[in-house]
Amino acid sequence: MSKLHIETLVNGEPVEFLCAPDETLLSALRNGLGLTGTKEGCGTGDCGACSVIMNDRLVASCLVLAAEAQGASVTTVEGIAQGEALHPLQQAFLDEAALQCGICTPGFIVASKALLDMHPDPSEQQVRYWLAGNLCRCTGYDKIVRAVLGAAAKMRSAQA
Amino acid sequence: MHTQRFVAPLTVVEALRFIETEPGAAILAGGTDLLVQYQGGIRRPTAFVDVKRIPELMRIAADADGVTIGAGVPAADIAAHPAVRTWWPGLVEAVCLIGSTQIQSRGSLGGNLCNASPAADSTCSLIVNKAVAIVAGSNGERQVPVEHFATAPGKTLLQPGELLVAIRLPKPVAHTADAYQRLIPRSEMDIAVASAAVSVTLDASGVCTSARVAIGAVAPTALLVPDAADALVGSVLGAAALSTAAAAASAAARPIDDKRGPAAYRRTVVGVLTKRVAAIAAARAKEQ
Repeated sequence: MSKLHIETLVNGEPVEFLCAPDETLLSALRNGLGLTGTKEGCGTGDCGACSVIMNDRLVASCLVLAAEAQGASVTTVEGIAQGEALHPLQQAFLDEAALQCGICTPGFIVASKALLDMHPDPSEQQVRYWLAGNLCRCTGYDKIVRAVLGAAAKMRSAQA
Repeated sequence: MHTQRFVAPLTVVEALRFIETEPGAAILAGGTDLLVQYQGGIRRPTAFVDVKRIPELMRIAADADGVTIGAGVPAADIAAHPAVRTWWPGLVEAVCLIGSTQIQSRGSLGGNLCNASPAADSTCSLIVNKAVAIVAGSNGERQVPVEHFATAPGKTLLQPGELLVAIRLPKPVAHTADAYQRLIPRSEMDIAVASAAVSVTLDASGVCTSARVAIGAVAPTALLVPDAADALVGSVLGAAALSTAAAAASAAARPIDDKRGPAAYRRTVVGVLTKRVAAIAAARAKEQ
């Protein structure tokens, strides 16, 4: 099987990789580029652990072929913090203890970032529906929702 | 056997030429069904043909007579389009029920139609709005009413070498509106046990002058139910007309028993949904 040569932007950096025609973006990120922050949960688009932002849209990277990323811009959880400074969402997840085992957390952070990029002042209901495709078996979601709403409020007051 | 090729044609002609020479190829739009089926070993195409770089498949074009939605346009773009939101609130309801945010970023009307699930959320809404599938092949283009597109679960009338390019929705006449609902056992992220879409047109006095009713997940394909529509036409959509339409929808249903619900339950529920969405569509039509 011949490999495809893909050029794309990952977390703002131009990158190149080789992939098989049926390789997922999730696999290319983790195995090709060593960006293991993005997790594999179900592999069928149900759990959201593999969430990344591709061309301003939240996607499940297990249901994207790596070859589709040619010329695209991809943001993974590794691209959320500014250097050593955590993103307000990341800080809020820590402050609210919005995680236990942590495997779902990168997906939740990326999904929440995509929400706040589009809707800086979401209602609780909006947060819950937006995150319906991200599963967490530890927290019961309340702390996650609180963290997202808290981070949104902090980011708004920082803007003001 | 792994899929050996990935191609991303830039034009419809280029895509048609490829699928003609490679009949085992699969069209890849959002991948939300195809890649799940691939990972599960259910489908093993010889090649993936990514159609998202073909402009006709990725744009929403509104004109005086209606809107043409490219077959690969993701649900999120459809739900955000001003003309679509104004003219077909029920279609917006339907696409916003397909999977999660992540799925709606990718899943398309073309994929929903070509995957041909009897429970596909967008299909009933397309049918009641007289949507037409625009299909390209080596002999040119043909147009197929959406109610005829799926022929059985997972089967469509697309011939080998044909490509679904777009879905055309004619602009609704004044005082027309649609609505869509489905039943699932929880509030998000599930597949319909039964579903119904209704579009009604009212005259100035609130009498229904035309209607279309479609039901999903209760037969091998989504069904247009003329008897249910006939029950609505000529009425002011009061309780009696809605009940007659509900009974007609239940009578038209040919459901199966499966893990999502027994046939008798589905038959009852599809009537209830028909009644509810007809009332919602009527309330919206008065405001249009």
